Amino acid sequence: MDHGVRNLLPVGMTLLLVLLSALPTHLPGFAGIFPMLALIGVYYWAIYRPDLLPASMAFCIGLAQDMVMGTPLGVASLVYLLVQSMTASQRKFFLGKPFLVAWSCFALMALAAVLLTWLLCSMLFDHLLPLGPVLFETLMTIAVYPLLSWLFGRTHSALLSGV
Amino acid sequence: MGRLAAMRLLANRFAFLSLLIASLALMVLGKADASLIERIRLTVVDAVSPVIEVVFRPASAIADGVNAMRDLATLRSENARLKEENARLMHWQTVARHLDSENRALRTQLNFIPDPDPSFITTRVIGDTGGAFVHSMLVNSGSRDGVRKGQAVLSGEVMVGRIAEVGGRSARVLLLTDINSHLPVMIEGSRARAILTGDNSDRPRLNYLAPNSGAAPGDRIITSGHGGVFPPGMPIGVVSSVQDGIIRVEPFVHRHQLEYVTVVEYGLPGILPPEPPAQGGEGSER
Repeated sequence: MDHGVRNLLPVGMTLLLVLLSALPTHLPGFAGIFPMLALIGVYYWAIYRPDLLPASMAFCIGLAQDMVMGTPLGVASLVYLLVQSMTASQRKFFLGKPFLVAWSCFALMALAAVLLTWLLCSMLFDHLLPLGPVLFETLMTIAVYPLLSWLFGRTHSALLSGV
Repeated sequence: MGRLAAMRLLANRFAFLSLLIASLALMVLGKADASLIERIRLTVVDAVSPVIEVVFRPASAIADGVNAMRDLATLRSENARLKEENARLMHWQTVARHLDSENRALRTQLNFIPDPDPSFITTRVIGDTGGAFVHSMLVNSGSRDGVRKGQAVLSGEVMVGRIAEVGGRSARVLLLTDINSHLPVMIEGSRARAILTGDNSDRPRLNYLAPNSGAAPGDRIITSGHGGVFPPGMPIGVVSSVQDGIIRVEPFVHRHQLEYVTVVEYGLPGILPPEPPAQGGEGSER
């Protein structure tokens, strides 16, 4: 594949995750706690290839998510921007560390991201949103991380290692 | 070299700060001028809805396969149940015909002015969006098909929500369970009026019920038609629990069951600001 196209993979895959989370699953109770898939992409690439998914792209992915999901515009873009910059600034800590370290830090980051989204949405809707589904969503997101991280890892080593 | 790195760091900081301010500005703008943001949002959704549909196809094929297997397993018992139900419905049909003719005769005697006949569009749900924060869905009909903001959205005869945002070929349905949904309803038996308010849980709350008109679990909740947005009498759900003065309603139709929905135009102008009627609507007349 062409270098230019390969370099678009992190952003492309993360945008696809945004669309994927808009799919109707038809599973009872699942729609209310669907994981924030794109958060995993933003976090993963902030550690391993922040040059291919920089803060500006994290902002755009957040914007796309807000538009598709119907959350107030600017919420996800702010959250992803913060996640990307915080993770990218600490990325040296993660490099060479075992997977479990990245996963536990992701758990903390996901909790912070979901709580910030909850706070912003509650403020913009003028209503306190119930915390229960929000915390379930965090757990779902943390649970999906290994799978997507593996997928990103395969893509990373197969297509982006030589770049 | 050192200076270059410092410059780059400065540029990064600047970009980060401006994006941060941009997100905050968008939130404020969304609060101040909701219709502008709505328009921008639906333009983007219009553009991606074909993509969502393409991604959706394989997923729906898998779901259909699983459902077909499940249906095969329950075929016998389902058939028996349907036969029984059919017999009961035949009886109801006779009763309904009789009542209908009686009703019509009485109405002519009273000079009753009937509600306008509704027109409707049946459309497919292409997106179930929002996760824990927003309870909304995307459908693949928009203003080109005659969908307009504020129209009622039904699944069968059951009310599930209303149109919140309209694009050219897609629209967003705000479900009854969303925190921003407030619907004038009444209890079918006692005709006591209330407001059904979503709170992002599966069971919306019944608020502003008159204090002496108690609601009990099992009471049917229907639209009251007040506010003039929706016609009266559409079923919504049943009261599921009454605890500490909090009345919760179990909707008849759940979010995950929605595959096709009906967008209904009742010709009621209601409290929403008038919009120019869409040209070339394909909605069939009942």
